[in-house]
Formats: sequence, C-alpha cells, structure tokens
Amino acid sequence: MLLFSVQPHQPLDTLPDTARSAPSCGCLSCWGSLSPYQGLWLRCSTHPGAMVHAFLIHTLRAPNTEDTGLCRVLYSCVFGAEKSPDDPRPHGAERDRLLRKEQILAVARQVESMCRLQQQASGRPPMDLQPQSSDEQVPLHEAPRGAFRLAAENPFQEPRTVVWLGVFSLGFALVLDAHENLLLAEGTLRLLARLLLDHLRLLAPGTNLLLRADRIEGILTRFLPHGQLLFLNDQFVQGLEKELSAAWPR
Amino acid sequence: MFSAGAESLLHQAREIQDEELKKFCSRISKLLQAEDLGPDTLDSLQRLFLIISATKYNRRLEKTCVDLLQATLGMAACPEQLQVLCAAILREMSPSDSLSLVWDHTQNSRQLSLVASVLLAQGDRNEEVSAVGQGVLRALESRQPEGPSLRYLLPIMAKVVVLSPGTLQEDQATLLSKRLVDWLRYASLQQGLPHSSSFFSTPRARQPGPITEVDGAVATDFFTVLSTGHRFTEDQWLNVQAFSMLRAWLLHSGPEGLGILDTDDRSEQEGSTLSVISATSSSAGRLLPPRERLREVAFEYCQRLIEQSNRRALRKGDSDLQKACLVEAVLVLDVLCRQDPSFLYRSLSCLKTLHGRVRGDPASVRVLLPLARFFLSHGEAAAVDSEAVYQHLFTRIPLEQFHSPMLAFEFVQFCRDNLHLFGGHLGTLRLSFPNLFKFLAWNSPPLTSEFVALLPALVDAGTALEMLHALLDLPCLTAVLDLQLRSLPASSERPLWDTSLRAPSCLEAFRDPKFQGLFQYLLRPKASGATERLVPLYQLLQPMAGCARVAQCAEAVPTLLQTFFSAVTQVADGALINQLALLLLGRSDSLYPAPGYAARVHSVLSSQFLALCTLKPSLVVELARDLLEFLGSVNGLRSRASLVTSVVWAVGEYLSVAYDRRCTVEQINKFFEALEALLFEVTQCRPSAALPRCPPKVVTALMTTLTKLASRSQDLIPRASLLLSKMRTLTQSPATSSMHSKEGAEAICTRATELLTLLKMPSVAQFVLTPSTEVCSPRYHRDVNTALPLALRTVSRLVEREAGLLPG
Repeated sequence: MLLFSVQPHQPLDTLPDTARSAPSCGCLSCWGSLSPYQGLWLRCSTHPGAMVHAFLIHTLRAPNTEDTGLCRVLYSCVFGAEKSPDDPRPHGAERDRLLRKEQILAVARQVESMCRLQQQASGRPPMDLQPQSSDEQVPLHEAPRGAFRLAAENPFQEPRTVVWLGVFSLGFALVLDAHENLLLAEGTLRLLARLLLDHLRLLAPGTNLLLRADRIEGILTRFLPHGQLLFLNDQFVQGLEKELSAAWPR
Repeated sequence: MFSAGAESLLHQAREIQDEELKKFCSRISKLLQAEDLGPDTLDSLQRLFLIISATKYNRRLEKTCVDLLQATLGMAACPEQLQVLCAAILREMSPSDSLSLVWDHTQNSRQLSLVASVLLAQGDRNEEVSAVGQGVLRALESRQPEGPSLRYLLPIMAKVVVLSPGTLQEDQATLLSKRLVDWLRYASLQQGLPHSSSFFSTPRARQPGPITEVDGAVATDFFTVLSTGHRFTEDQWLNVQAFSMLRAWLLHSGPEGLGILDTDDRSEQEGSTLSVISATSSSAGRLLPPRERLREVAFEYCQRLIEQSNRRALRKGDSDLQKACLVEAVLVLDVLCRQDPSFLYRSLSCLKTLHGRVRGDPASVRVLLPLARFFLSHGEAAAVDSEAVYQHLFTRIPLEQFHSPMLAFEFVQFCRDNLHLFGGHLGTLRLSFPNLFKFLAWNSPPLTSEFVALLPALVDAGTALEMLHALLDLPCLTAVLDLQLRSLPASSERPLWDTSLRAPSCLEAFRDPKFQGLFQYLLRPKASGATERLVPLYQLLQPMAGCARVAQCAEAVPTLLQTFFSAVTQVADGALINQLALLLLGRSDSLYPAPGYAARVHSVLSSQFLALCTLKPSLVVELARDLLEFLGSVNGLRSRASLVTSVVWAVGEYLSVAYDRRCTVEQINKFFEALEALLFEVTQCRPSAALPRCPPKVVTALMTTLTKLASRSQDLIPRASLLLSKMRTLTQSPATSSMHSKEGAEAICTRATELLTLLKMPSVAQFVLTPSTEVCSPRYHRDVNTALPLALRTVSRLVEREAGLLPG
C-alpha cells in the first residue's frame, strides 16, 4: 500500500513559486501581508469557500484490541475536485486520481486515530463498537465526535477542517473549507449519519453499504447538494425524506 | 455494519482482473443498449461502482461502456437510481480523458445537476468549471417558469464560484445578486400545494395554509429558513438555498471579491451612502444597485433570523438550526460591515442585545465565538468597549465547557485565526493561558498542532515562567479536570470521561479543604503571577497518572515545550534566561508521575538547557552556585542522566574566562571537585536491578569536562591524569564489566586514553579543549599555515600513536 507521505506527482519543490507564496486567486487585496498571522487569514477570509469538499464513510477498528484489519474507506464523494496541477507528463489524470484517493484515505486514518484516542480517553469499552440491537435508536448526540484541522498541502492544497462522527464501527466525516460554519456542519453530519443509518439499515446484521451506493448518492444529492451545507428546518428535512423514500422505497 | 463479508467483497472488487472487468462491462453495455432499466442493470451498476471506487488505481472501461453511461445519464426516462449511479461511476473515474459529457440545457435540472457533479470532478483541466458556471447562468437568465428548476442548480453555482472565482462577468454577477434578492426577500408566505390531490380530498384541504414560525405562530414577516409549513413552494426552496450560499457569494462579489474589480469606485461610494439613507425604507432600498441591494436584503434577513431565534422551537431539530442560524447571521453581518461600514451602527445594538441574550445560555455558547470575532473586528471602529465580551469568553467558557470537543476546537481555532485582530486585547488573551490550557489538557490529540501555532503568540516575558510551569503540569491538570467533572452534579449532557477508572482517594483529596488552595491554583482561569509547588498533588493524584487521557496529554507536552522554548528565547532577556535555566533544573525532579513522562520531558529540557547556554554562555558563571548544587544532588542522576550530561558538558564548555571574565580559578576548582565526586559516585555505584545502569555517555562527558577544567587550571592536571588512568583500569577490570556493555566500556577506555594523552601537553590541551572564538572563522580552517590544521594533525598523531599502544 502506498503511503500518503509521498505525493505521487507533485513534489513540493517543483511547484511554481506563485503557487506557494502568492494567493491562488490573484486578487490584489490578498497580496499585502501585514503580519505572519494575517497572510493566512486574509487568504481564507476573502475567499472562504464556505462549502464541503468531501464526505466519507469508513471503518473504525475497535480500540484497545490488536485488530489486524486496515482502515477501509467504504464510500467517499469529493464535491468538485481541487484544480489539477498543470502536469505535462503522461498519465497525469491517473496520478491525479491516485492523489485524490490517497487524500481521502489519509483523512480516514486520521479520523480513526482521533476517534480511537477519544474512546480510550473516555474509557469506552471496545464492545461499544457493536450495537446492542439493530432496532435500537442510535443516540447520535452522544456518539464520539470531534474536529481537527488539516494544514495546507497536507494532504489537500488548501487548509481544511474535518468534522467527524463515530457510530459503532463506522466513521462519518466531512472535509470542510477552512472557515465553514462548524455548528451547521456538525448538524448536517449528524443528519446524514441518521439518514444513512435509517435508509440503509446500516445497523442490521448482514447489511452491506458497499453495494448500495445509489441510496447514499440519493441522500447526498438532496441533503448536501454539491457540498453545499443547507439550513434545513425540520419540515424541510421531512419533505426531502419523503422525496427520498418515494425514489428509494425502503 | 462492516463485516467479514464486506471485507471480502472489497477484496474481490479490488482483485478483479481486466479480462473479467471487460466481460462485465460488455454485459452492462448490452443492458444499457437495450435500454433495460430494471433491477439487473441496477445491480450491475452498483457492482461497477464498487469495482471502480474500491481501488486507487485506474480501471480502464471500454469506450462504448463509458459512452453508454453518459447516454443513460442523459436519458429522460431513466429512473433516478440508475442516473445517480451512472454519474457516480463517471465521477469516481475522474479525472478522465475519455469523457465527452457536455452541458445540455434541454435536460431536466436533476440530470443537469448530476452532469455538473461529473464535470466539476475533472479538476478543471479543460475549463469545465467555467462551462458549468455559464450553463447555470443561462438557466438563471431564462426566467421561464417551465425552465429547469433552479432548486437543483443553485448549489452548483455556489461550488463554481468557490472553485473558479473569476468565472463570472460583472453583468452575470449582477444578475445572480438580483435573483438572490428576490428569493431571499420575496419568497411566498403561503405553504406549497400538495403534488397530487386525491379524489377524496376536500377542497379545504387543498387550500394552502400560511407559513408559520418555529413556535407555531403564523409568520408575520418575510419567509426565512426558520419559517415552516407542511409543504414548500419552489421559491421557498430557493430561499433556503440562497441563504445557504449567501455568505460565500457576498464575499466573492464584494469590493475585494475576485475577478470583478470595481471599475467605478465613485458609484460604490454613492451606493454606500444611499444605503445609509435608505436604512429604514425598503421602498427606497429597491432603487439601490443590485450588489448594494443584496447587502441590504442580507442585513434584513439576518436581523429577522436573530429575532426568530428568540422563539421557542417546538422541535429539537429547529432549536439546533436556530443556533446555526445565529452563527451564520453574525458571520454575514461581519462580512457586511467589512464591506460597507455604514451597516456597523445598525448591527451593533442588535448584536449587543444578542450577546446579552446568549451569554447566559449554555446551549448557545457556540454563538459567542462569531460574536466575539465581530466585536474584535469592528469594536474599535464603532467605539464600543468590548472588553466585557472577551472577559466573559475567556474566563467562563473554558472553565465550564473544556470537555466539549467541538467547542474546544472552535475556541482554539478562533484564537489562532484572529490573533491579528486582538491588538490591544492581546493582553487579555495572553493572561488567559491557564484557561486555554484546559482545552488542551482535555483534548490534546486534535489540539496539539493548533497550540503549536498559537503558543508563540501567547508567550510573553512577563508570564513565561508561569507558563513553563503550567506546561510541565499539563498532565496533572488533565487529572484534576477529570476530578472536577466527577465531582460536579450529573448534567444532562454527559461529558466523556473514563467511568472505568475509580480513584476514590483522589476524589476525597479533591474535596479536602486542606488541598483546596493547590487545586484552585491549578484550575485558575488567569495567570496569577505566582507559582505554587504542586508536589503534594503529584502524590495525591498518583492513582490517576496511568489513565489514558493523562497519557495522551503527557505525550503532547514535549512538542509544546519545544515550541515554548523557541518562542520564549525570542523575547527573553538575560535575567529571564537565567530564571528559565533554573526553573528547568528545578523542575526536572518534580514532575507528575505519568508513565514515561519524565524521560520524554528530560530529553527536551536537556537540549533546551544547552540552547539557553548557547544563547547566553555567561549563565554558567552566573548560576555557578545553583549548578554546583544541582550536580551535588546526585541521587536523582539515574533518571535525569540526559539533563546531567548536558549540564556537565555546558560546564566544560562555558566555565572559562573566554566566555565570562568573571570566571575565577576558585570556581573552576569547585566544579572540578564536584564533578570528581560525581564521577566517583557513578562509577563506584553497584549496579542493581532497581536502578538503571549509568549510561557511558555520562561518564565520558564527566571525564571530558574534568579534563577541560584541568587544562584551564593547570594545578589540577595531576589529579585529572590520575583520575583518567584510574578510569581506564576500572573499565578493564572484570569486576566492573557488568556495569557497562562492551561497547560502553570501550568508549570510556578510548576517551580516557585520548584525554590522558592530551593532558601530557598542557598547552596543546588548552588549545584543543578551549579553542578561541576565532576557530569559527573560515580562514582558520582553510589556511594550512594557521595553527588549527597543524594542531589537529599533531593531536591526531599523538592520539593514534597512544591508541596503537593500547593492549587488546
């Protein structure tokens, strides 16, 4: 397995200088850098891109056990790719795709370890990873959750924030642009997790989300269209859910 | 649940061979060609999606298959399940060179949205982003009611603007602003009609009811995301989407936005003046240019949201949404005020009221951060004293909410991102470090990197010593925070703590009035200027030292110490450097006994001690008394070997008139005696199972330093030579062979021999062991006629000859 530390097609030192030192937008207001702290803020505050970059579902291994399996990304969706580098070498597209997949895996691994550390710290026994019964209402408000920041170039070009939620052995994560409304993102992630658990019956034994991507896509196109976090009140959520149930009868 | 079955499915998908895939694709092609849109096709496409998405390497699909996927995506009769799968497969393959998908405005908007998701995933190699943007704009321009439903297209616009900010022309941006104004301000106030009315439904039921507020009251003003009903109209959906993308759009279309540079500054200025005049009159507001009009409407929308958030929501979901709306409203107002200061005076009173409202409500704590940011950005311009806002934020919130992982992250991010705004209030932030450290102590894994970025700004010469103590006591703070949570009455929102850990003695101690002072000191909200010795607490809290959260925090401390020292050395004067060095030596044997903590901290402290010495060599002379005392307290040596080695080396290096004229022969003699005693002690000590072996590095460092001192005070040379030859014999005797490993003993023996040889020629010894500062200049090394190369050759010849005579 290729480790993420090496970006397959773009070592840092080959980046054109402008890509690193200048703001990517080229607008004049971004050039004045007044203090070490200000440069980054200006860049982000002027163009915060208040959107979700990616959504992923991955496995969480049990803490405190020597689980031999690997962290698996079960589903991921990138909403609008970061601009591809101008790479004149052949197979640029393939390398680009490889990079995107590695980025998502890097996020999944980090979420997994954050979740494990949090579980360990709060002394949750490993059997908490299994639901007591499939009918049980999952208390998502109490599920382990958190957020962390990813610095620019590691692994994404832009700085990002990851918001995650652990539900039994599944991790759900949103990769956000740096200055997104975190409270809204948190609510949206909880909503998505609830919908996925309900509509895909993820907690029932033997259920497999791997072959039900259409339902996941159906949920995402409605509740997170193109990565836009939506201010949906309860009635809007119900309306969309009805629409979803009509298209995908349970 | 993820089971073994799923794992094997993933493996199968990854290991499928090209030949098999080819066959599978041709089957899919046949199904699609026959326009079979049944369950077989659905199942096959689900499998194809898995095969492509499960691997990071490219899967090559037949061109006909890719073309058919694209054609199916565009087929009007195709059910949604298949369309989303076709789009998802094409998106998972991207970026791809074989794609021929184009924006075709005759398709319905749901299909267009899927096409856009594929095109936007291409990485903008062929200007796809701008093509999609133009497509959406054309749909926006055609105001026909039967045109594609914009509800599915608006989010694409938001993404396009983020991905490629220069895409829109000025007039296109104007158009979008105009449409946003319509949706935000003039969405209908009646509920939507049911899609199909059944034969039996009464005409009364078909009458749409009015929109209501979250508390059930009939809406009195325009529609917002906090307005509810049973069904919604198209323009109400667009209202939701328009508000969701509003902040991003305001920023992009603002004066400093991208691509659209204001060509006529005058008109901009007039616009702002006009908006002040028309502040209360919305009929005059309609005369404003579109961009200003949008700001005006955004302002009204936010005010309405703030008002609506005051209502008691009937549903939990709506109550959560109210909080998120408040955050967004404050963020939007902040943008508006930055773009047009005339909004400032109109926003302030409402935001002050809001602050008064939410500060007492623990459920709304997250709203305080954007509010504080607003006051930070605009407080000065508006001549408002917002100190109370920060006082409340930095004093109460970390104290009460340190255990919330999301708040902790957002709080620290707020500090880190707004450092440049603090200005005169930086003092408040800096003094609050004990409170900020609570977030860190409780949530160290996600926050360590944030604090590495934040810490340099918090370091101040005035509080540096207190901060260093606090950093070293961080794992102890974690334990105390745990006790604090346990001793609180059970709350509705259960914070995550380790319930398996039982430490009744610790809880008792926490409640014991005798220790209140110490616990309160550790839990202080602000820097107090005083330091307390917490040693009694370390013993009391020993049972908690092994718990996972403490261990995680203990792992973070070395990194933070490094950051602290590299920041503090930028601001420290000579006196502070001395104090830091003393603190560092003093704390080395009083640390919270978390497993492995002392060793990791010592390794940082020892390298930082050397760094301080390099920065200020005279500290060795100035602190001679304290260093002697430290070297005299040998009982802690074994656990502090790395630090002792550094101190010994620093004495040898810097206790010299070359660095400080105040250095006396008497001082050198004193150190010689102390080190001699120390060497004796560490080499005579019988190894035992309880004590780790003394590392040979300590012995060689001691011998070298003794030799250095002897070369500076030549009366000591006979004593040093005697000592060295004793050491040489000692390492070769079988009695002590158990003390060091074979390599260790050899290293000690070689070093002793070398030093002995050097001491035979005192002038050479002095030259080699105390080189003048000139050795740093390049000339000294390059020119063969200068002394150094010559001396080095002589020395190495001497040493080699002597080494050659060594037995065995």
